[in-house]
Amino acid sequence: MGPTLDFLTLLPYVSELLKGFTTTVVLTVVTTLTGLSLAVAVAYLRVNAQPWVRWGLGGYVEVTRNTPFIVQLFFIFFGLPGLGIKIDAITAAFIAMTLNLAAYSAEILRAGISATAKGQLEAGRALGMTTLQSYRHIVLVPAFARVYPALISQSIIVMLGSAVVSQISVFDLTYAANFIQSRNFRSFEVYLLITLVYLLLAFGMRRSFMLVGKRVFAYQQGEQR
Amino acid sequence: MIEFTFWDILRNLLLATRWTIVLSLIAFVGGATVGLLLTFMRLSSNRWLQRLTSLYVDLFQGTPLLMQLFLIFFGAAAMGHPISAWLAASIALTLFTSAFLCDIWRGCLEAVAKGQWHASRVLGMNYFQTMRHVILPQALRLSIPPTVGFSVQVIKGTALASIIGFVELTKAGTMLNNATFEPFTIFALVALLYFALCYPLSCYARYLEKKLYDAGLR
Repeated sequence: MGPTLDFLTLLPYVSELLKGFTTTVVLTVVTTLTGLSLAVAVAYLRVNAQPWVRWGLGGYVEVTRNTPFIVQLFFIFFGLPGLGIKIDAITAAFIAMTLNLAAYSAEILRAGISATAKGQLEAGRALGMTTLQSYRHIVLVPAFARVYPALISQSIIVMLGSAVVSQISVFDLTYAANFIQSRNFRSFEVYLLITLVYLLLAFGMRRSFMLVGKRVFAYQQGEQR
Repeated sequence: MIEFTFWDILRNLLLATRWTIVLSLIAFVGGATVGLLLTFMRLSSNRWLQRLTSLYVDLFQGTPLLMQLFLIFFGAAAMGHPISAWLAASIALTLFTSAFLCDIWRGCLEAVAKGQWHASRVLGMNYFQTMRHVILPQALRLSIPPTVGFSVQVIKGTALASIIGFVELTKAGTMLNNATFEPFTIFALVALLYFALCYPLSCYARYLEKKLYDAGLR
């Protein structure tokens, strides 16, 4: 007789599943907000700051984009304490995810920003808007609207990548899966279920992002078409 | 107790980098082969084939690579056929890569203007002739920059194979860390080695992209 799937063996572990689910969702929501905010700052400074700031940020973006997330996570969690900077696992996960999302999104946003015609900014200034106002309304918001789909995908990639934070013992969905399979030895069922949850999370995230986008960028719709 | 000097650490990491490279190559070549097959399935006129391929792509793009790796590694064992970490990593990364490449390549094929299809058909070319002489040469040119760019994601993806116990660069880093307790040096070196592998590819992809852009193709 071949092995059979038995999902009922997961029932006693509902509280662990919920705990992992909550951690993954909270981490994702918080890091999406912090990561995208940081990305705006990085994208702005990479265009407008002094050369040494630009180079420094360019270095950060390139290093982050060209190394695996798990290595960044290990460096922050295991490596930084060597310098006397001690952080707990969940903080390390939060920092690593924020920095990762910010680096990718800054690069995406930069493409959106550079698509803005220079004359538009000057027109804004001529109309009596302050530098900050014209930057916000003419450059930033339209740039955000332009690259919004790419930002959605990147945020989802970071959420899926967060499965790795289980490796520094953050009790996320993947950690819950590892924990359960070490008790009931039903690894395949557990991982199948958790994979499905991630799939639904990715789907839900895309949906809610699009809903938010429809509201926030409503007045941009005319320009887009 | 054995003492590790800085050079011992570096030498061991460099030795492990070989396996990162080999695994990346397997994943990329395997992924490209499967991906090519999927791309043509997706473009076929059979609606079920199209749906099946987009479901495949959505499934692999919508779930963590780590879970794909676990499902294959532990799934095979649960079915009574335990496989090595090597094989599990190769299969998972191949499937993962194929889904992304399929999506990239489909986009490139669709980026070639639709009017060219019609023009070729009017000129009396059949489907294969149109593909071979008109569409593919142009799509191929468009597809090279994003494909090179994606190879960076493949290399970074191999780092996850460390979690199921495959000794590549990241795993070698954690093992050396357990032996030497010098996490800062070791993980900085690991990151540096990945950077040395990925950054040239990123730059090359960007250069190719710019060349296409200058040629007026984008």
